Amino acid sequence: MTEKQSSNNESTQAYYTLLKQIQALDFVLVELTLYLDTHPEDTQAIQQFNTTSLQSNQLKQQYQQLYGPLYQFGASPSGTPWNWKDAPWPWQV
Amino acid sequence: MWIYEKKLQYPVRVNKCDPRMAKYLIEQYGGADGELAAALRYLNQRYTLPEKVIGLVNDIGTEELSHLEMIATMVYKLTKDATAEQMKEAGLGAHYASHDKALFFNDASGNPFSATYFTAKGDPIADLYEDIAAEEKARATYQWLINMTDDTDLIDSLTFLREREIIHSQRFREAVEIIKEDQSTKKIF
Amino acid sequence: MYTYRKYYRPYIGPFDPCPPLPYRSYETPPQLYLGFQPYNLPQNSPQDALRTGTLWPDLFAPYPNPYKVPTSEEGGEQD
Repeated sequence: MTEKQSSNNESTQAYYTLLKQIQALDFVLVELTLYLDTHPEDTQAIQQFNTTSLQSNQLKQQYQQLYGPLYQFGASPSGTPWNWKDAPWPWQV
Repeated sequence: MWIYEKKLQYPVRVNKCDPRMAKYLIEQYGGADGELAAALRYLNQRYTLPEKVIGLVNDIGTEELSHLEMIATMVYKLTKDATAEQMKEAGLGAHYASHDKALFFNDASGNPFSATYFTAKGDPIADLYEDIAAEEKARATYQWLINMTDDTDLIDSLTFLREREIIHSQRFREAVEIIKEDQSTKKIF
Repeated sequence: MYTYRKYYRPYIGPFDPCPPLPYRSYETPPQLYLGFQPYNLPQNSPQDALRTGTLWPDLFAPYPNPYKVPTSEEGGEQD
């Protein structure tokens, strides 16, 4: 298991910590999206959605500088050489 | 179109090589109440449902694709380093003979995926009630899967997916209320 | 007030081959009761939302394996 093998590897830990922070914020955004689909007039939830979206984008910028693009087809900038295709893929981490 | 996001919705860990559990989990990959059936059912309904609920089925359908990826990840990890002998012992001999470790869209008994797993009736109430039932059936499947393993990491991911079925069911129930209600009345209850 | 898990005693036949289970259970999670979700329900932190699978504790239902829960906990999962 990747994490167990490398649990004393600080940079690996940092990777998982940042990834999980992004997963948490993006999960809030998924929840709010489905909620707002049936509660389109809840202005407070819309505000929370917009704030969380900004926070998530900030963390993703940081992540992408360190670990490469999160999105395909131009929604993320590429490193040189082209690093979109680099492992690990989500099912491998 | 869709844009792939290079991360899982929820971290998936498994703590032992257990191809037998993979055999059971495949039910949620290519089975009648699985994540592929869910994603295709909802994304297909988008075109003909009343406009007020299209956004919801579009978004739940999209989330289901991320759940399909989580299930695939579990199966991948549970079988990745299994030997041919271990696959055979786990009841995956027939699968191995045809697919090696490749995932295949079938249910736990080996029946290939079928479009007959959803109906697409074209009647908004019939379709949304099918969606609610599908969520409850998927929730039940996750329960039976949880009951069959003591891998705490796996249980953690399966419990997350079960909870998502609860939320989706809640939203589909709200969608029914939305299309039931008169355009001019406010929904409060 | 409701519980997420309901119990019943199945009929025990005189010739049942397996040792009878004392009770059977089924789940009745919160979406069956909430109705249209009201505005401003209390929320989990993002980390807890991810961990539990929902942003709203009112919609969270735990699922312990019923074959591993001791019978003394019957009805112990009150909301």
